[in-house]
Amino acid sequence: MLSSLLLTLLLLSSAGYYLGRNRAFRVAGDHIRNLHSLPSFYGSYTALWCGLPALIVVAVWAMLQPGVILELVVAGLPPELRELPPDRLGLVLNDIQNLVSGNIVSSAPDPAILAAAEHYRNLQLTGHVCLWIVALLLATAGIAYGWRAISPKLRARNQVERVVTLLLIASSTVAIFTTVGIVLSVLFESIRFFHKVPLTDFLLGLQWSPQTALRADQIGSSGAFGVVPLFAGTLLISGIAMLVAVPIGLMSALYLSEYATPKLRAIAKPMLEILAGIPTVVYGFFAALTVAPLIRDTGAALGLQVASESALAAGLVMGIMIIPFVSSLSDDVINAVPQSMRDGSYALGATKSETIKRVLLPAALPGIVGSILLAVSRAIGETMIVVMAAGLSANLTANPLQAVTTVTVQIVTLLTGDQEFDSAKTLAAFALGLLLFIVTLILNIIALHVVRKYREQYE
Amino acid sequence: MNTMTIEARVPLDGALNPNAREVPLSSTQITDYDHRQTVGKITVDNPKMLCREVNVYYSEKHALRQVSLDIGANEVIAFIGPSGCGKSTFLRCLNRMNDTIASCRITGQIQLDGDNIYDKNIDVVQLRARVGMVFQKPNPFPKSIYENVAYGPRIHGMVNGKAELDELVQASLERAGLIKEVEKRMDEPGTSLSGGQQQRLCIARAIAVNPEVILMDEPCSALDPIATAKIEELIDELRENYTLVIVTHSMQQAARVSQRTAYFHLGDLIEIGETDQIFTNPKHKLTEDYITGRFG
Repeated sequence: MLSSLLLTLLLLSSAGYYLGRNRAFRVAGDHIRNLHSLPSFYGSYTALWCGLPALIVVAVWAMLQPGVILELVVAGLPPELRELPPDRLGLVLNDIQNLVSGNIVSSAPDPAILAAAEHYRNLQLTGHVCLWIVALLLATAGIAYGWRAISPKLRARNQVERVVTLLLIASSTVAIFTTVGIVLSVLFESIRFFHKVPLTDFLLGLQWSPQTALRADQIGSSGAFGVVPLFAGTLLISGIAMLVAVPIGLMSALYLSEYATPKLRAIAKPMLEILAGIPTVVYGFFAALTVAPLIRDTGAALGLQVASESALAAGLVMGIMIIPFVSSLSDDVINAVPQSMRDGSYALGATKSETIKRVLLPAALPGIVGSILLAVSRAIGETMIVVMAAGLSANLTANPLQAVTTVTVQIVTLLTGDQEFDSAKTLAAFALGLLLFIVTLILNIIALHVVRKYREQYE
Repeated sequence: MNTMTIEARVPLDGALNPNAREVPLSSTQITDYDHRQTVGKITVDNPKMLCREVNVYYSEKHALRQVSLDIGANEVIAFIGPSGCGKSTFLRCLNRMNDTIASCRITGQIQLDGDNIYDKNIDVVQLRARVGMVFQKPNPFPKSIYENVAYGPRIHGMVNGKAELDELVQASLERAGLIKEVEKRMDEPGTSLSGGQQQRLCIARAIAVNPEVILMDEPCSALDPIATAKIEELIDELRENYTLVIVTHSMQQAARVSQRTAYFHLGDLIEIGETDQIFTNPKHKLTEDYITGRFG
């Protein structure tokens, strides 16, 4: 229903475009120069007048209609149904809606509910017909208005461009509102969690075992929600990953941008970037099946106790995975440092490495920090490799040879499978998510500060 | 002829004969435009650098042909010529800055104090410490004013300790005529200075390494007349201690600051001689055409 209406509006708008453009040609007389704007702007002007108001009405209508219809249906229900408690009433309404859309209903429908469904269907039909009529009327009125308004003096270009600006603003706010929405949803669930588990227990607890008891006398379900071991695991693995990725990434970026011949660079850079395209699950089993046994055997040969799932294995492979984030972005920013900087340094008798150390790296620092930051957030958010290679046991340890687990892995294990959304166990996932978000936010702010303080601007 | 143009182009400077065009041209002027052998005396009595039969190729392009000239100690020599004539290319040969261009190939001999700078045993890093360079567009490093000047002495280990470095930075800025303007703002970024100040900072930066020769590639082309005047004054003062080679598009500038002038045309060194003579009595028709503004 709605899609065919939108299609019709689109057709009408394009008709409006041609009408407007033709009229512009007509009022221009023998010379387009007489017009304030190019004819296509007059076309767009008419099309916008045709499409925009109608679209806005359709959008608002589509948002309000279900609610209004539901109100009307409830009002039309027999009193004994209407007086039901809210949750039972909700079930009845659900049944009615299922009947309307032809889905399976919970029980054999009684006549009152059947009648209500019929009522619902009628209301829906009326609503749609009204919407069609209103939208088409508005669209034609828009065309008429736009068409009549066209004159050589009409500043169609400015008005069309203003609409385009508004469109751009709207697009940029989508991302912002999405972020706000995500944060709010996580926040509310987290608040529910903190009603069950005190904030201090959560932040300072050294024990993580999220099994809560169903019955009071159940054993083996202590239900400890201390995040310290999880964050320690996250930091340990991310730290190992950064120890691998930053030096290797930076040095390969320096080689690519300063030493490699253009030919080699053209081949090597895409090859490095392929690393970023490998699915993380592939890295995961590479870590679990190849690297972890290798580390265990090496450790055994050296007389060390190595768990078969270790932070080291996960961290190493994760480090390899994020090398391209560091190298590719750093390479770009180092390349963006003007050649005149290099020339200036060489002309003073500096060697290549002195130039890199003292001129290029400081000048490219903001970009390099940015790339490292991106890599860090990638490392903190990475889940698959850790699930497969580092294990699930929440050990509080700084020993990279032991199994650890991370925040993201715990979120996954808490939320996979059938869940009841009011237990502390499930809600803990949201609290973890919120904490993770806050931590990365703080990291971002720190990095921004560092960049601003040490940046050397070259323009 | 077109006297008006000439008067506009050639400054009525003390160094020049105001009635330059009235002086009859030497009867030996070469009027053949295809004559590409260098006219004039290429040698000097006390050469700092000797260039013999220098050829430069960019890939297949023969950018500079058989250029031979001497650069005398403590003189200012100006390279002039229309765009693309090879003067900047030649300048960049003198401290091997062309090494950074992969497709560039150089033949011939360039000597600094008798040593061929393209010899295998020559360390290009040390060469560039002896032959400094100032670029067309001021290119201070994105560091503080102090750090910009201290850069060279630091990488060459020229000083022991902070006090000595401070002194050297002060002295270099003073010789570049910038000290009064930056004394109180040594920690501000070099890029916060005005264009002319930035260029003098680049000169100070070059002087700090205590080079023997300073190459300047159109050092004033991005500057306003007042900043240009300051730099020209500075060039004149620097001549006492250094040998200067300056590429310029402004013939007034060449006339004002240099003792000898070399005219390049499409990869050839056409004419070289005393600046006065080049501007008053060019021996080659091409030179005359250029300095009288007939082209270029």
